[in-house]
Amino acid sequence: MKASDFSSISGSQKRRKAIQIIVFLLFRISALICACGLIIVVGFIALKGLSSINWTFLSQPPSNLMTEGGILPCIIGTIYLSLGAILIAVPIGVASAVYLTEYASPGPLLRAIKLGINNLAGIPSVIFGLFGLAFFVIYLGMGVSILAGACTLSALTLPVVISSTEEALRAVPETYREASLGLGATKWQTIYRVVLPSALPGILTGTILGLGRAAGETAPIMFTAAVFFTPSLPSSIFDEVMALPYHIYVLATAGTEIEKTRPLQFGTALVLIMLVLGLNLVAIIYRSKLRRRK
Amino acid sequence: MSGSTDNLLAAISSGESRPRKEKIIRLIFLGIATGSIVTLALIVLFLFSEGIPIFKQVSPHQFLFGKFWYPTSDPPDFGIFPLIVASLLVTTVSSVISIPLGVLTALYLAEIARPKMREVIKPAVELFAALPSVVIGFFGMVIVAPLLQETFNLATGLNLFNASLMLAFMSVPTITSISEDAIFAVPRDLKEASFALGATHLETIVRVIIPASISGIATAVILGMSRAMGETMVVLMVAGGAAMIPTSLFDPVRPMPASIAAEMAEAPFRGDHYYALFATGIVLFLLTLIFNIIAERISHKYRQVGAATL
Repeated sequence: MKASDFSSISGSQKRRKAIQIIVFLLFRISALICACGLIIVVGFIALKGLSSINWTFLSQPPSNLMTEGGILPCIIGTIYLSLGAILIAVPIGVASAVYLTEYASPGPLLRAIKLGINNLAGIPSVIFGLFGLAFFVIYLGMGVSILAGACTLSALTLPVVISSTEEALRAVPETYREASLGLGATKWQTIYRVVLPSALPGILTGTILGLGRAAGETAPIMFTAAVFFTPSLPSSIFDEVMALPYHIYVLATAGTEIEKTRPLQFGTALVLIMLVLGLNLVAIIYRSKLRRRK
Repeated sequence: MSGSTDNLLAAISSGESRPRKEKIIRLIFLGIATGSIVTLALIVLFLFSEGIPIFKQVSPHQFLFGKFWYPTSDPPDFGIFPLIVASLLVTTVSSVISIPLGVLTALYLAEIARPKMREVIKPAVELFAALPSVVIGFFGMVIVAPLLQETFNLATGLNLFNASLMLAFMSVPTITSISEDAIFAVPRDLKEASFALGATHLETIVRVIIPASISGIATAVILGMSRAMGETMVVLMVAGGAAMIPTSLFDPVRPMPASIAAEMAEAPFRGDHYYALFATGIVLFLLTLIFNIIAERISHKYRQVGAATL
């Protein structure tokens, strides 16, 4: 090999390194844009919304044709709707996940159930709204109500609960099950005495994530539960409610004075963000702690 | 101690009823687990039963390819072609932004980020995915729209481009987190073999890591596009709402979810308009279903199980 060959190799080596540096810079910039996106959106809304949040805003109903006052009915409505959705979705979701991880054997039935869950997760939220309207509101006669909204939202949160419960159940070591079965416990005793208790923290994480998801959704409750304005707080699950996401939408697009109520809109958006991101943050931190412990 | 032994013995001797009880419990769980399929079936059933009647008024061809959507004029026009075009356009334009951004971020996180950075950026991306869509829509409406209007001197900042931009930010987290999982799962020995042959890190990424994780990346991209297509609040608030075929990137549009969400409240119950909106829902449902089935096929067929499958 001649000396010139070596120099060309080292030359191309330099070029290859230079290209790598440039392309990696591109990677870094992309990641920076993604991280900044969150900071910019949340930052802007926090900056503009913080001044309108005070005790009156959080504890009073809207007044003067929704141009003044607070958002108490919306906060309460959102809490009712998302808790209702979770109350329905968690038992069904946990039981489904138990079947999938503990009982099901590979085959067409398992594939069909998995296909159902995956496709349910991919359905656009407005389709859930249409379904809720046609099925819960009209066909089952629930009317526009907390119950109909919570049922619709539960269909949407079900895949979230199932997938995180599955993950939690799969993380339970196989030796736990074998030890329990070896002591003579039945499969069911093993599941509810050994497997479920050890998977409980993971299931809880999934529940919190589902709660956050349900609280932030707008389209599914537009035709099933939410209204512009209610003069009083809901007294039963058959009442219609105001909700935070819908309130933002209404104030920003159809309110009587859109410009005048901007501070209220920013305030409501900030409350919703804090609620949803707060729930997610709790879940993420909790989950990463759980993963580290293993 | 002896008490519990007795219990155990009793339990064993009553072994006859134990398998039966176990069988019943198993069946109960199976029944509940089919809940997702039942829900999916009910969604399809009600979507179709409330949507099909519109085809007594207009033919499916007229409905899908009719260029005019004037559901409340007399006589009404039920042509959703402009809405379909709008949905496809916002999805395409948003993917042009979100695919490079999402995949490059995933590569950064999985390949070159230091663990500390990864621990900060990954949760940030996950949190971004959790941001309610109405908040993104609100942001696009109140902050991005005036900015666009002034910089490009437009009639309105609520348009195709703004909606695509906001949708891109909504689908980036989906694309990033699924592709990152796929890239992270590439076997270490493949990477080391490439290094041993003298390839740089970048060459290894381009020639080895990306080909090995391409099915996961493709799944991520398709799921991200499906999310953009079905997203409602953003296009409802930001796209501008004009039901016409756009001629420029800055024209207002009315994608299908926006049309359904905006008009459902005022459509008379079981009138033609109501049926037409459900039929639009069928089209939207089928389009996203196609995306989801393709994603499923890819991730199922080309699942990376080890170096041997390359």
